[in-house]
Amino acid sequence: MTSTTFLLAQLFNGLSTTSILLLIALGLAITFGVMGVINMAHGELMMLGAYSAYVLQNIFVKYLPEHYFGYYFLVALPVAFVTAGLAGWLLERTLIRRLYGRPLETLLATWGISLILQQLMRQTFGANNVEVRSPGWLTGQLSAGAGLEFPYLRLFIIAFTALSITLVYMLLFRTSLGLKIRAVTQNRAMSAALGIRTRKVDAYTFALGSGLAGLAGCILSLMGSVGPTTGQNYIVDAFMVVVLGGVGKLAGAIAGSFAIGEFNTLLESFSTATMGKVLVFALVILFLQWKPSGMFPPKVRSLD
Amino acid sequence: MIRSRKDWLIFGSLLIVTVTVAPLVLSDFRLNLLGKFLALAILAVGIDLIWGYTGILSLGHGVFFGLGGYCMAMYLKLQVGTAGTYMSDLPDFMTWNGLTELPWFWKPMYHFWAAMLAAIGIPALFAMVFGYLTFRSRVQGVYFSIITQALALVASLLLVGQQPYTGGTNGITDFKEIAGFSLAESSTQKGLFIATVLCLALAYLLCRWIVQSKTGRVLAAIRDAENRLRFLGYDTVGFKVFVFTISGALAGLAGALFVPQVGIISPSNIGIVPSIEMAIWVAVGGRGTLAGAALGTLLVNGAKSALSESFPDIWLYFLGLLFVGIVLFFPEGCIGILRLLGRRFRWPARRSTPRPSETMLPNGLEELGD
Repeated sequence: MTSTTFLLAQLFNGLSTTSILLLIALGLAITFGVMGVINMAHGELMMLGAYSAYVLQNIFVKYLPEHYFGYYFLVALPVAFVTAGLAGWLLERTLIRRLYGRPLETLLATWGISLILQQLMRQTFGANNVEVRSPGWLTGQLSAGAGLEFPYLRLFIIAFTALSITLVYMLLFRTSLGLKIRAVTQNRAMSAALGIRTRKVDAYTFALGSGLAGLAGCILSLMGSVGPTTGQNYIVDAFMVVVLGGVGKLAGAIAGSFAIGEFNTLLESFSTATMGKVLVFALVILFLQWKPSGMFPPKVRSLD
Repeated sequence: MIRSRKDWLIFGSLLIVTVTVAPLVLSDFRLNLLGKFLALAILAVGIDLIWGYTGILSLGHGVFFGLGGYCMAMYLKLQVGTAGTYMSDLPDFMTWNGLTELPWFWKPMYHFWAAMLAAIGIPALFAMVFGYLTFRSRVQGVYFSIITQALALVASLLLVGQQPYTGGTNGITDFKEIAGFSLAESSTQKGLFIATVLCLALAYLLCRWIVQSKTGRVLAAIRDAENRLRFLGYDTVGFKVFVFTISGALAGLAGALFVPQVGIISPSNIGIVPSIEMAIWVAVGGRGTLAGAALGTLLVNGAKSALSESFPDIWLYFLGLLFVGIVLFFPEGCIGILRLLGRRFRWPARRSTPRPSETMLPNGLEELGD
């Protein structure tokens, strides 16, 4: 392999890691970045999405003729979004709204929720990881010559991430709900005075972020087997993305996951997977010395 | 909180009873369990110092605990000498990982006092450097919690990944003796128990002295209004680094006392999950009350060993509900409940304590002195 193809392959692998990371962090960028809620159960909401894919796969195998199987994943995506979104909505209505403005308490309480959800999933689906089979149209790869090969699965994930971001942008900046979400996060009291039902907007925003987590989990199930604690492994990465990128802007999440994804793949290829993670963490700490509020710091006039 | 002569009396008699009566009354197994919990209580008191009093929630204290624990484990492993499975000078896991020589950082650990010094000094030093780097860049509140959580993840990954040097996932175990005494002997375990109780008492007195001093007032002010304090000309970074270092040192000491009593340390004592559980011990007992932190540690760990043995499925639900319930309904923890009961039944109040809701402090954390 020549150095150019090596570089291209690395770049592609990095991009693929980036897109998964971004998909996971996108939901967090809404709940943590926009609303300021630390949701430690985000990983478990992802797993709800992953298990939705698993359940639908089993339903398709059992009840529908074989040639429909390829479509199961297309059904699984909206189902995962709705399941996780509903769970998030419920979580906001019952727990999180009592804790606004107390981020450390929210962190601990949602950690408790994550333990409960993990145990629920363990008892429902078993402690062992389950396999989700990729539909036929995602197997195989695109050959670009010179030993370069792009698996369809990874191309699909990259495209899906791009689509998700576009839709979230459209939602936030082109719809009236998006306008209300941005208004409430910028100035809650003024929005309420102008007749926006802020509590309702809170619930919708949190449900949106949770639904995105479900989508991420659904996609993640294609990458490998999933179990009750799989989500926990990704949650730290996702939080680091938001901290590195800067809170409050989607561009921050994009830049943050790009930086972490590319650096991770690059450093991994020179050392081991563990050392790659350790080095990325050290780089994030060093970067925060230089830019304490991340790459895209929110503009504020007040302190705290 | 010790303020009067009466409190000293309670503290002293509690100490004497634990040191003298517990080893006589409890079976070896129970005593060992209690010793383990009391070692963890040292760590909890340290967490309370930074969380309850300074408002910094660290989700990476497993790392400092682990540094102390691993230092002690290295010493204990080297004490095994050629009596191990492979009749070699090297620890068993090094032999099967193909190492032929002891790594340099293992060498000082032949000496007990060097290992003890390292078990407290290394976590303290690490906490100082890490604290300086993060506090200096004004990483505050939840951001600090998230970064320390990432630290816990990275540390446990690193320990698993460097198997030839750290024992990997299995950790370091299979010890024989400490400073010439066999660990299997009941008398050695009793000695370790007493040492743990004394260390906990000293740690408590140290933290109490800090929070009652002028520094303690600055710490509480950092918790309540850090920016205002900065505008007044205080170097808040220095104070935070100081208190974080103390907390790291206490966690290291806890680790060093934990390992000989439990007989193993592994990455599963260090990662994200154990680290965040440490925070709930403090919250259950009551934040901002040093004694509460120790009490909470005993309660939660006692419940864990009672429940997780007989009903492992229920334990996780219980722990989850504990996290939610404490935050929603009992933010002041057990000490808060006791105080509430005391007021309700009009027990003679020692001094008029303003109700937490009347003060400006968040969540009714304990008010500052008189």
